[in-house]
Amino acid sequence: MIQRVAREIRAGMTVNLGIGLPTRVIDYVDHELPVCLHSENGIAGVGPSIGYDEADRNLIDAGGTYVSTQPGTAFFDSAVSFALVRGGRLDLTVLGAFEVAMNGDLANWIIPGLFTPGVGGGMELAQKARRVVIMMNHCDKKGCSKIVRECSLPLTASACVDRIYTELAVIDILAEGLVLREIAEGTTLEQVLAATEAPLQVPENELPTF
Amino acid sequence: MPATVVDIESAIAEISDGASVMIGGFGVPGTPFCLLDELLRQGQKGLTLIKNDANENGMGVDHLLLNGQVDKLIASHIGLNSTAIDMMNRGQLEVELCPQGILAERIRNAGAGLFGFLTDIGIDTILAENKPRFEIDGRELLLEQPLRADFALLHAAKADSYGNLTYAAAAQNFNPLMAMAAEHVIAETEFLTQTGALSPEVIHTPAPFVDRLVYLAKLTGDYNVIRR
Repeated sequence: MIQRVAREIRAGMTVNLGIGLPTRVIDYVDHELPVCLHSENGIAGVGPSIGYDEADRNLIDAGGTYVSTQPGTAFFDSAVSFALVRGGRLDLTVLGAFEVAMNGDLANWIIPGLFTPGVGGGMELAQKARRVVIMMNHCDKKGCSKIVRECSLPLTASACVDRIYTELAVIDILAEGLVLREIAEGTTLEQVLAATEAPLQVPENELPTF
Repeated sequence: MPATVVDIESAIAEISDGASVMIGGFGVPGTPFCLLDELLRQGQKGLTLIKNDANENGMGVDHLLLNGQVDKLIASHIGLNSTAIDMMNRGQLEVELCPQGILAERIRNAGAGLFGFLTDIGIDTILAENKPRFEIDGRELLLEQPLRADFALLHAAKADSYGNLTYAAAAQNFNPLMAMAAEHVIAETEFLTQTGALSPEVIHTPAPFVDRLVYLAKLTGDYNVIRR
Protein backbone atom coordinates (compact mmCIF):
# COMPACT_ATOMS: atom_id res chain seq x y z
CA MET A 1 0.00 0.00 0.00
CA ILE A 2 2.78 2.45 0.89
CA GLN A 3 4.44 1.88 -2.47
CA ARG A 4 1.17 2.55 -4.23
CA VAL A 5 0.58 5.78 -2.28
CA ALA A 6 4.12 6.90 -3.17
CA ARG A 7 2.99 7.12 -6.81
CA GLU A 8 0.73 10.02 -5.77
CA ILE A 9 3.83 12.14 -5.36
CA ARG A 10 4.92 13.80 -8.60
CA ALA A 11 7.81 16.05 -9.56
CA GLY A 12 7.43 19.64 -8.39
CA MET A 13 4.80 18.99 -5.74
CA THR A 14 4.75 20.50 -2.26
CA VAL A 15 3.55 17.70 0.02
CA ASN A 16 2.68 17.22 3.69
CA LEU A 17 2.79 13.68 5.03
CA GLY A 18 0.76 13.08 8.19
CA ILE A 19 2.17 11.59 11.37
CA GLY A 20 2.60 7.79 11.46
CA LEU A 21 2.41 5.56 8.40
CA PRO A 22 2.05 8.46 5.89
CA THR A 23 5.49 9.75 6.93
CA ARG A 24 7.03 6.57 5.51
CA VAL A 25 5.65 7.20 2.02
CA ILE A 26 8.68 9.35 1.17
CA ASP A 27 10.94 6.31 1.59
CA TYR A 28 9.32 4.88 -1.53
CA VAL A 29 9.65 8.02 -3.65
CA ASP A 30 12.57 8.25 -6.10
CA HIS A 31 15.24 10.39 -4.42
CA GLU A 32 15.92 12.18 -7.72
CA LEU A 33 12.35 13.43 -7.92
CA PRO A 34 12.18 17.14 -7.03
CA VAL A 35 9.59 17.15 -4.23
CA CYS A 36 9.24 19.71 -1.46
CA LEU A 37 8.12 18.15 1.82
CA HIS A 38 6.39 20.53 4.22
CA SER A 39 6.26 20.05 7.96
CA GLU A 40 3.83 22.00 10.16
CA ASN A 41 6.52 23.06 12.63
CA GLY A 42 8.05 25.35 10.03
CA ILE A 43 10.06 23.49 7.41
CA ALA A 44 9.80 23.38 3.62
CA GLY A 45 12.17 20.96 1.97
CA VAL A 46 12.42 18.45 4.81
CA GLY A 47 15.45 16.20 4.29
CA PRO A 48 15.71 12.50 5.12
CA SER A 49 15.28 11.31 8.71
CA ILE A 50 18.53 10.91 10.60
CA GLY A 51 19.94 8.78 13.46
CA TYR A 52 20.27 10.07 17.03
CA ASP A 53 24.04 10.38 16.81
CA GLU A 54 23.92 12.70 13.81
CA ALA A 55 20.71 14.48 14.82
CA ASP A 56 20.45 18.24 15.30
CA ARG A 57 18.51 18.78 18.56
CA ASN A 58 16.69 21.72 16.92
CA LEU A 59 15.60 19.87 13.82
CA ILE A 60 12.55 17.62 14.10
CA ASP A 61 9.52 17.26 11.89
CA ALA A 62 5.99 17.72 13.25
CA GLY A 63 5.91 14.07 14.28
CA GLY A 64 9.03 14.45 16.42
CA THR A 65 11.33 12.53 14.07
CA TYR A 66 14.85 13.95 13.73
CA VAL A 67 15.30 15.04 10.12
CA SER A 68 17.99 16.68 8.04
CA THR A 69 18.23 19.59 5.63
CA GLN A 70 18.87 19.32 1.90
CA PRO A 71 19.62 21.87 -0.80
CA GLY A 72 16.66 24.26 -0.78
CA THR A 73 15.44 23.70 2.79
CA ALA A 74 13.78 26.70 4.44
CA PHE A 75 12.76 27.34 8.06
CA PHE A 76 9.96 29.68 9.11
CA ASP A 77 7.52 30.38 11.92
CA SER A 78 4.19 28.65 12.55
CA ALA A 79 2.08 31.46 11.05
CA VAL A 80 4.03 31.27 7.78
CA SER A 81 3.78 27.48 7.90
CA PHE A 82 -0.01 27.57 7.96
CA ALA A 83 -0.21 30.46 5.50
CA LEU A 84 1.44 28.00 3.12
CA VAL A 85 -1.34 25.49 3.85
CA ARG A 86 -4.37 27.81 3.94
CA GLY A 87 -3.05 29.88 1.04
CA GLY A 88 -3.30 26.92 -1.31
CA ARG A 89 0.41 26.16 -1.79
CA LEU A 90 0.15 22.57 -0.58
CA ASP A 91 -0.45 20.27 -3.55
CA LEU A 92 -1.04 17.09 -1.59
CA THR A 93 -1.48 15.77 1.91
CA VAL A 94 -1.48 12.12 2.94
CA LEU A 95 -3.31 11.46 6.21
CA GLY A 96 -4.54 8.56 8.32
CA ALA A 97 -8.20 8.19 9.31
CA PHE A 98 -10.60 6.61 11.78
CA GLU A 99 -13.52 7.00 9.36
CA VAL A 100 -14.10 8.35 5.87
CA ALA A 101 -17.66 8.91 4.68
CA MET A 102 -18.94 8.42 1.14
CA ASN A 103 -19.16 12.21 0.65
CA GLY A 104 -15.50 12.69 1.65
CA ASP A 105 -16.08 13.66 5.28
CA LEU A 106 -13.01 12.81 7.37
CA ALA A 107 -12.79 11.86 11.07
CA ASN A 108 -9.23 11.39 12.26
CA TRP A 109 -8.55 13.46 15.36
CA ILE A 110 -10.75 12.55 18.31
CA ILE A 111 -12.54 9.59 19.84
CA PRO A 112 -14.54 11.26 22.62
CA GLY A 113 -13.63 9.86 26.01
CA LEU A 114 -10.83 7.68 24.63
CA PHE A 115 -8.45 9.67 22.47
CA THR A 116 -8.43 13.42 22.96
CA PRO A 117 -5.00 14.79 22.05
CA GLY A 118 -6.14 17.87 20.11
CA VAL A 119 -6.23 18.35 16.37
CA GLY A 120 -2.78 19.83 15.76
CA GLY A 121 -2.66 20.98 12.15
CA GLY A 122 -5.06 18.30 10.90
CA MET A 123 -8.02 20.54 10.15
CA GLU A 124 -6.01 22.98 8.05
CA LEU A 125 -4.36 20.15 6.12
CA ALA A 126 -7.62 18.30 5.45
CA GLN A 127 -9.53 21.44 4.52
CA LYS A 128 -6.94 23.29 2.47
CA ALA A 129 -4.51 20.92 0.74
CA ARG A 130 -5.35 20.81 -2.97
CA ARG A 131 -5.54 17.03 -2.85
CA VAL A 132 -6.27 14.96 0.24
CA VAL A 133 -5.55 11.24 0.18
CA ILE A 134 -6.10 8.86 3.06
CA MET A 135 -4.12 5.73 3.80
CA MET A 136 -5.63 3.45 6.40
CA ASN A 137 -6.75 -0.07 7.19
CA HIS A 138 -9.99 -0.85 5.42
CA CYS A 139 -11.60 -2.00 8.70
CA ASP A 140 -10.96 -1.21 12.36
CA LYS A 141 -9.69 -3.70 14.94
CA LYS A 142 -13.21 -5.01 15.52
CA GLY A 143 -13.63 -5.65 11.80
CA CYS A 144 -16.01 -2.73 11.22
CA SER A 145 -15.65 -0.87 7.94
CA LYS A 146 -13.94 2.52 8.19
CA ILE A 147 -15.48 3.56 4.87
CA VAL A 148 -18.96 4.55 6.01
CA ARG A 149 -22.16 6.20 4.85
CA GLU A 150 -21.81 8.86 7.53
CA CYS A 151 -19.06 9.44 10.10
CA SER A 152 -20.03 8.62 13.68
CA LEU A 153 -16.98 10.41 15.13
CA PRO A 154 -16.51 14.20 15.23
CA LEU A 155 -15.26 15.49 11.88
CA THR A 156 -11.84 16.87 11.05
CA ALA A 157 -13.26 18.44 7.90
CA SER A 158 -16.28 17.85 5.70
CA ALA A 159 -16.19 16.62 2.09
CA CYS A 160 -12.41 16.93 1.87
CA VAL A 161 -11.10 13.48 0.89
CA ASP A 162 -10.26 12.82 -2.77
CA ARG A 163 -8.99 9.24 -2.57
CA ILE A 164 -8.64 6.37 -0.08
CA TYR A 165 -5.85 3.80 -0.09
CA THR A 166 -6.31 0.66 2.00
CA GLU A 167 -4.65 -2.74 2.07
CA LEU A 168 -7.56 -3.97 -0.08
CA ALA A 169 -8.33 -1.25 -2.58
CA VAL A 170 -7.92 2.23 -4.05
CA ILE A 171 -11.18 4.17 -3.96
CA ASP A 172 -11.93 7.61 -5.39
CA ILE A 173 -14.51 9.92 -3.87
CA LEU A 174 -16.37 11.71 -6.62
CA ALA A 175 -19.52 13.83 -6.70
CA GLU A 176 -21.49 10.68 -7.54
CA GLY A 177 -20.02 8.73 -4.61
CA LEU A 178 -17.33 6.11 -4.05
CA VAL A 179 -15.76 4.53 -7.12
CA LEU A 180 -13.48 1.51 -6.92
CA ARG A 181 -10.30 2.13 -8.95
CA GLU A 182 -7.82 -0.60 -8.06
CA ILE A 183 -7.76 -3.77 -6.06
CA ALA A 184 -4.90 -5.31 -4.07
CA GLU A 185 -3.23 -8.37 -5.51
CA GLY A 186 -4.82 -11.51 -4.07
CA THR A 187 -7.97 -9.67 -3.01
CA THR A 188 -11.36 -10.41 -4.56
CA LEU A 189 -14.03 -7.89 -5.44
CA GLU A 190 -16.37 -9.65 -3.02
CA GLN A 191 -13.90 -9.11 -0.16
CA VAL A 192 -13.70 -5.40 -0.93
CA LEU A 193 -17.49 -5.02 -1.16
CA ALA A 194 -18.01 -6.97 2.07
CA ALA A 195 -15.50 -4.76 3.90
CA THR A 196 -17.03 -1.51 2.66
CA GLU A 197 -20.11 -0.24 4.50
CA ALA A 198 -20.83 2.60 2.10
CA PRO A 199 -22.14 1.92 -1.42
CA LEU A 200 -19.25 1.36 -3.81
CA GLN A 201 -19.50 1.75 -7.58
CA VAL A 202 -17.55 -0.84 -9.53
CA PRO A 203 -16.54 0.02 -13.12
CA GLU A 204 -17.35 -2.57 -15.78
CA ASN A 205 -13.81 -2.80 -17.11
CA GLU A 206 -11.25 -5.03 -15.44
CA LEU A 207 -9.70 -3.41 -12.37
CA PRO A 208 -5.95 -2.87 -12.19
CA THR A 209 -4.19 -4.48 -9.23
CA PHE A 210 -1.47 -3.03 -6.99
CA MET B 1 13.98 50.57 24.01
CA PRO B 2 16.70 47.92 24.20
CA ALA B 3 16.25 44.80 26.28
CA THR B 4 17.80 44.43 29.71
CA VAL B 5 20.10 41.49 30.35
CA VAL B 6 19.12 40.05 33.73
CA ASP B 7 19.64 36.90 35.77
CA ILE B 8 17.05 34.16 35.45
CA GLU B 9 15.72 34.57 38.98
CA SER B 10 14.78 38.23 38.60
CA ALA B 11 13.43 37.68 35.09
CA ILE B 12 10.92 35.08 36.28
CA ALA B 13 10.19 36.93 39.56
CA GLU B 14 8.27 39.52 37.52
CA ILE B 15 5.60 36.89 36.82
CA SER B 16 2.82 36.98 39.42
CA ASP B 17 0.19 34.43 40.42
CA GLY B 18 -2.67 34.27 37.93
CA ALA B 19 -0.61 35.53 34.99
CA SER B 20 -1.10 34.39 31.41
CA VAL B 21 2.13 33.08 29.95
CA MET B 22 2.94 32.22 26.33
CA ILE B 23 5.68 29.64 25.91
CA GLY B 24 7.58 29.16 22.66
CA GLY B 25 8.48 25.77 21.23
CA PHE B 26 7.12 22.85 19.25
CA GLY B 27 8.26 19.75 21.08
CA VAL B 28 11.80 20.33 22.35
CA PRO B 29 13.05 22.83 19.73
CA GLY B 30 12.36 26.38 20.85
CA THR B 31 11.04 25.49 24.32
CA PRO B 32 12.64 27.68 27.05
CA PHE B 33 13.23 24.84 29.51
CA CYS B 34 15.48 26.87 31.82
CA LEU B 35 12.89 29.64 32.19
CA LEU B 36 10.22 26.98 32.85
CA ASP B 37 12.42 25.28 35.47
CA GLU B 38 12.85 28.63 37.23
CA LEU B 39 9.09 29.21 37.10
CA LEU B 40 8.70 25.78 38.71
CA ARG B 41 11.23 26.69 41.42
CA GLN B 42 9.51 30.01 42.22
CA GLY B 43 6.10 28.33 42.16
CA GLN B 44 3.74 31.02 40.82
CA LYS B 45 0.21 29.59 40.79
CA GLY B 46 -3.06 29.99 38.89
CA LEU B 47 -1.27 30.38 35.56
CA THR B 48 -2.82 30.28 32.12
CA LEU B 49 -0.30 28.76 29.72
CA ILE B 50 -0.42 29.21 25.96
CA LYS B 51 1.81 26.77 24.10
CA ASN B 52 1.54 24.66 20.98
CA ASP B 53 1.89 21.47 23.01
CA ALA B 54 2.36 20.41 26.62
CA ASN B 55 5.87 19.00 26.08
CA GLU B 56 6.38 15.35 26.99
CA ASN B 57 6.14 13.77 30.43
CA GLY B 58 9.02 14.73 32.68
CA MET B 59 9.99 17.99 31.00
CA GLY B 60 9.03 21.66 30.73
CA VAL B 61 5.30 22.28 31.03
CA ASP B 62 4.79 18.82 32.54
CA HIS B 63 6.60 19.90 35.76
CA LEU B 64 4.34 22.96 36.10
CA LEU B 65 1.21 20.83 35.63
CA LEU B 66 2.28 18.28 38.22
CA ASN B 67 3.18 21.08 40.65
CA GLY B 68 -0.38 22.43 40.43
CA GLN B 69 0.70 25.80 39.01
CA VAL B 70 -1.53 25.75 35.93
CA ASP B 71 -5.27 26.47 35.84
CA LYS B 72 -5.69 26.64 32.10
CA LEU B 73 -3.81 25.50 29.03
CA ILE B 74 -4.42 26.75 25.49
CA ALA B 75 -2.74 24.44 22.97
CA SER B 76 -3.15 22.64 19.66
CA HIS B 77 -1.94 19.16 20.58
CA ILE B 78 -1.25 17.61 24.00
CA GLY B 79 -1.09 13.97 22.89
CA LEU B 80 2.51 13.41 24.04
CA ASN B 81 1.79 14.43 27.64
CA SER B 82 -0.40 12.01 29.58
CA THR B 83 -0.35 14.33 32.62
CA ALA B 84 -2.15 17.04 30.65
CA ILE B 85 -4.69 14.59 29.23
CA ASP B 86 -5.38 12.97 32.62
CA MET B 87 -5.76 16.34 34.38
CA MET B 88 -8.09 17.53 31.61
CA ASN B 89 -10.21 14.38 31.86
CA ARG B 90 -10.40 14.67 35.67
CA GLY B 91 -11.43 18.32 35.43
CA GLN B 92 -8.26 19.54 37.18
CA LEU B 93 -7.09 21.51 34.17
CA GLU B 94 -9.11 23.63 31.79
CA VAL B 95 -7.87 22.95 28.26
CA GLU B 96 -8.75 24.96 25.16
CA LEU B 97 -7.68 23.12 22.00
CA CYS B 98 -7.18 25.16 18.84
CA PRO B 99 -6.23 24.10 15.32
CA GLN B 100 -2.48 24.72 15.16
CA GLY B 101 -2.47 27.33 12.41
CA ILE B 102 -5.38 29.15 14.05
CA LEU B 103 -3.51 29.21 17.37
CA ALA B 104 -0.50 30.71 15.56
CA GLU B 105 -2.65 33.24 13.73
CA ARG B 106 -4.57 34.30 16.87
CA ILE B 107 -1.23 35.05 18.52
CA ARG B 108 0.11 36.85 15.44
CA ASN B 109 -3.15 38.78 15.17
CA ALA B 110 -2.88 40.07 18.74
CA GLY B 111 0.77 40.85 18.22
CA ALA B 112 -0.05 42.87 15.13
CA GLY B 113 -2.53 44.98 17.11
CA LEU B 114 -5.59 43.54 15.40
CA PHE B 115 -8.89 42.43 16.86
CA GLY B 116 -9.61 39.04 15.34
CA PHE B 117 -10.05 37.49 11.93
CA LEU B 118 -12.52 35.45 9.93
CA THR B 119 -11.77 31.91 8.78
CA ASP B 120 -13.46 28.78 7.50
CA ILE B 121 -11.04 26.44 9.28
CA GLY B 122 -12.98 23.99 11.45
CA ILE B 123 -16.35 25.44 10.46
CA ASP B 124 -18.04 22.03 10.14
CA THR B 125 -16.51 20.66 13.35
CA ILE B 126 -17.10 20.66 17.09
CA LEU B 127 -14.36 23.30 17.46
CA ALA B 128 -16.72 25.80 15.79
CA GLU B 129 -19.23 25.56 18.62
CA ASN B 130 -19.78 28.91 20.36
CA LYS B 131 -17.71 30.85 17.85
CA PRO B 132 -19.54 33.84 16.33
CA ARG B 133 -20.40 33.40 12.64
CA PHE B 134 -20.43 36.04 9.95
CA GLU B 135 -21.49 35.86 6.35
CA ILE B 136 -19.17 37.62 3.90
CA ASP B 137 -20.01 37.56 0.18
CA GLY B 138 -22.36 34.63 0.76
CA ARG B 139 -19.77 32.60 2.60
CA GLU B 140 -20.17 31.61 6.24
CA LEU B 141 -17.07 32.22 8.36
CA LEU B 142 -15.99 31.94 11.99
CA LEU B 143 -14.66 34.81 14.05
CA GLU B 144 -11.39 33.90 15.77
CA GLN B 145 -10.34 36.11 18.65
CA PRO B 146 -6.82 37.46 19.15
CA LEU B 147 -4.72 35.86 21.87
CA ARG B 148 -2.61 38.10 24.08
CA ALA B 149 -0.71 37.25 27.25
CA ASP B 150 0.92 39.01 30.17
CA PHE B 151 4.25 37.28 29.51
CA ALA B 152 6.03 35.42 26.74
CA LEU B 153 8.89 33.04 27.49
CA LEU B 154 11.09 32.41 24.46
CA HIS B 155 14.17 30.40 23.57
CA ALA B 156 16.64 31.99 21.16
CA ALA B 157 19.79 30.48 19.68
CA LYS B 158 21.54 33.85 19.55
CA ALA B 159 20.83 37.32 20.84
CA ASP B 160 22.73 40.56 20.92
CA SER B 161 22.55 42.56 24.11
CA TYR B 162 20.23 45.04 22.37
CA GLY B 163 17.56 42.27 22.31
CA ASN B 164 17.65 41.13 18.69
CA LEU B 165 16.97 37.39 18.47
CA THR B 166 17.61 34.56 16.05
CA TYR B 167 16.32 31.01 16.31
CA ALA B 168 17.91 27.76 15.16
CA ALA B 169 16.38 25.45 12.55
CA ALA B 170 12.86 24.31 13.57
CA ALA B 171 13.14 26.12 16.93
CA GLN B 172 11.54 29.18 15.38
CA ASN B 173 7.93 27.88 15.39
CA PHE B 174 5.80 29.97 17.82
CA ASN B 175 8.66 32.05 19.28
CA PRO B 176 8.61 35.04 16.88
CA LEU B 177 4.80 35.21 17.07
CA MET B 178 4.68 35.15 20.86
CA ALA B 179 7.43 37.79 20.96
CA MET B 180 4.87 40.18 19.47
CA ALA B 181 1.84 39.22 21.55
CA ALA B 182 2.78 39.64 25.21
CA GLU B 183 3.05 42.68 27.46
CA HIS B 184 6.38 41.51 28.79
CA VAL B 185 8.75 39.35 26.76
CA ILE B 186 11.52 37.30 28.37
CA ALA B 187 13.96 35.45 26.10
CA GLU B 188 16.60 32.97 27.17
CA THR B 189 19.50 32.66 24.76
CA GLU B 190 22.32 30.19 24.19
CA PHE B 191 24.70 32.85 22.85
CA LEU B 192 24.79 36.49 23.81
CA THR B 193 26.84 38.86 21.66
CA GLN B 194 27.56 42.56 21.76
CA THR B 195 25.06 44.84 20.07
CA GLY B 196 25.89 44.95 16.39
CA ALA B 197 27.53 41.54 16.24
CA LEU B 198 24.49 39.95 14.57
CA SER B 199 23.89 40.86 10.93
CA PRO B 200 20.70 42.94 10.63
CA GLU B 201 19.65 40.63 7.81
CA VAL B 202 19.42 37.50 9.93
CA ILE B 203 17.35 38.87 12.85
CA HIS B 204 14.10 36.93 13.34
CA THR B 205 12.73 38.97 16.27
CA PRO B 206 13.75 42.63 16.39
CA ALA B 207 14.80 44.11 19.74
CA PRO B 208 11.79 46.41 20.29
CA PHE B 209 9.69 43.31 21.06
CA VAL B 210 12.06 41.98 23.74
CA ASP B 211 12.11 43.23 27.36
CA ARG B 212 14.43 40.86 29.21
CA LEU B 213 17.30 38.65 28.10
CA VAL B 214 18.62 35.74 30.12
CA TYR B 215 21.95 34.26 29.03
CA LEU B 216 22.20 30.51 29.51
CA ALA B 217 25.79 29.62 30.38
CA LYS B 218 24.79 25.96 30.34
CA LEU B 219 21.86 24.01 28.93
CA THR B 220 20.05 21.30 30.87
CA GLY B 221 19.54 17.78 29.54
CA ASP B 222 16.02 18.67 28.40
CA TYR B 223 17.47 20.40 25.34
CA ASN B 224 19.24 17.27 24.14
CA VAL B 225 18.21 14.88 21.40
CA ILE B 226 15.56 12.53 22.81
CA ARG B 227 16.51 8.89 22.24
CA ARG B 228 13.20 7.04 22.25
